[in-house]
Amino acid sequence: MPDLAIEIENLTKEYPFGFLHLKKKTSLEGLNMQVETGEVFGFIGPNGAGKSTTIKLLMGLIFPTAGSARILDKPISDVEMHRDVGYLPEQPHFYDYLTAAELLDYFARFHDLTAADQKERVQRMLKKVGLETARKIQLRKYSKGMLQRVGLAQAILHDPKVVILDEPMSGLDPVGRREVRDIILELKREGKTVMFSTHILSDAEMLCDRVGVIVGGKLRGVGAPGQIVDMKTQGMEILFELPGGSNAPLLSKATRTGDRYRLQVAEEELYGAIEQLRGAGARILSVSQVKATLEEFFMNLVEADRAQAAAVEVSEK
Amino acid sequence: MRRSAVVALNTFREAVRDRVLYNLVFFALLMMVAAIAVGQISIGIEQIVIVSLGLSAISVIGLLISVFLGVALVSKEMDKRTLHALLAKPVRRWEFLLGKFGGLVLTLAVNTAAMALGLLLAMLYVKHSLERSDATVLVAVYFILLKLALIVALALLFSCFTTPLLAILFTAGLYTVGLYVQELRNLPLELLSPAMTAFTKWLSYLLPNFENFNVMAMAAHGRAVPVALILQNTLYTVVYCTIVLAIASVVFSRRNLK
Repeated sequence: MPDLAIEIENLTKEYPFGFLHLKKKTSLEGLNMQVETGEVFGFIGPNGAGKSTTIKLLMGLIFPTAGSARILDKPISDVEMHRDVGYLPEQPHFYDYLTAAELLDYFARFHDLTAADQKERVQRMLKKVGLETARKIQLRKYSKGMLQRVGLAQAILHDPKVVILDEPMSGLDPVGRREVRDIILELKREGKTVMFSTHILSDAEMLCDRVGVIVGGKLRGVGAPGQIVDMKTQGMEILFELPGGSNAPLLSKATRTGDRYRLQVAEEELYGAIEQLRGAGARILSVSQVKATLEEFFMNLVEADRAQAAAVEVSEK
Repeated sequence: MRRSAVVALNTFREAVRDRVLYNLVFFALLMMVAAIAVGQISIGIEQIVIVSLGLSAISVIGLLISVFLGVALVSKEMDKRTLHALLAKPVRRWEFLLGKFGGLVLTLAVNTAAMALGLLLAMLYVKHSLERSDATVLVAVYFILLKLALIVALALLFSCFTTPLLAILFTAGLYTVGLYVQELRNLPLELLSPAMTAFTKWLSYLLPNFENFNVMAMAAHGRAVPVALILQNTLYTVVYCTIVLAIASVVFSRRNLK
């Protein structure tokens, strides 16, 4: 098996719009990214960032304006690539006149499976996603969460090596989200490569070996969740109590919660700040490194992108 | 081909579950009423009336199904995004199109066969017996089916690049024009410029010719349809559908899905 499950090179997608389609909107700009075999890769970004566009390009549902991509060493234009890839679309819609068992049976027929194997896999998948009892109910009667489970079942039905999930937690209750997380972890244990898009950062932090952050159609960072955050780690936080009160100038920068204060300072200012606080009669409870969360990193990028977009808009006026 | 067959069978199942075949109830009622009425009011021309009425009903019902369902075959899948999960399987876009076409033609074949049976029963009721010459009715029904297959192919093509409403209008428009292709060929050429003559001739061969499929008068009068015409219409439909579906595949294979 190749070391890289997914290789994306300079992938760009522009959509024409306006009268005669003369204007172009760039949804994805020169994306370069790799997903290693056997890892769980999270693709995170706000709505409209280009996550679904990237995934649709990988699945051959839309076509790139420029660039290329390969999955398991096969170009995405090669239909045979789909034998080893499972895909869950965002907010999946299926033929609502079919039951879950019929839908899985229908999809199984596109893979080279024997009739017995097809039947066994359909049963196993329905059990895996907890739809065994609802297998004979038409999909038009399914809730959003149930449809998401059917979607997951059809994505892994043929035992693919690479599983690409577009917002797999979307529309699920906490129990459903937990079940999807468990399935992703199980896939990882089985040695599958999983790439999923999400804007729920806690899921990404919990599940992913690496994440890619995309904002405004551009990739802003790739790495282990901890690594990405570490790059941005700055400052120290001092937690203290001040029983007698004080007028120390540092206190104006501190945040008070009940009897306790939190003060953030730069690393090189830490000892000076502690001295000042002790001098003012503060009781130091703890000193800890301020670690930016993935969410903060993500929000900083989003805000920077919005500010840039606003600046462009103003300059165009 | 195997994948197209899987899509085709599911398309047929969809039509059955969406109660498309319920139109047969309407047709059965129409035939029953017609058979009773014809027996009482048309002396000597029972066969002409019942065959004309029956074949017209088969044609109109089939037309409605082929235009509306033909357009919906692809557009509904794109609008509802059911296509996304399917095209993520090892299925080529042309295999999907061929399967959808085959599924609707299969639906129309079952529907048309059931209506043909109803028509024969109505004829039996009116005439009290069936003759060998009545087999022409079956040829007329076969021609209707060929015509419907052509319409499905055209509807499928239009739905690959335009909105469902426009696709319906284009298909219906082309069908109407196709009924008068013979007239286009028979224009008094001496009145036209050479360029115009060449253009109308070229156009008349490009447009689908639906006039050749109409053998209703022959069926009503129990006259045999020449074997050459049966072969010619069959070949014409196969070739025309192949060309139209090939164009549809090229268009659809370049289309970005929503």
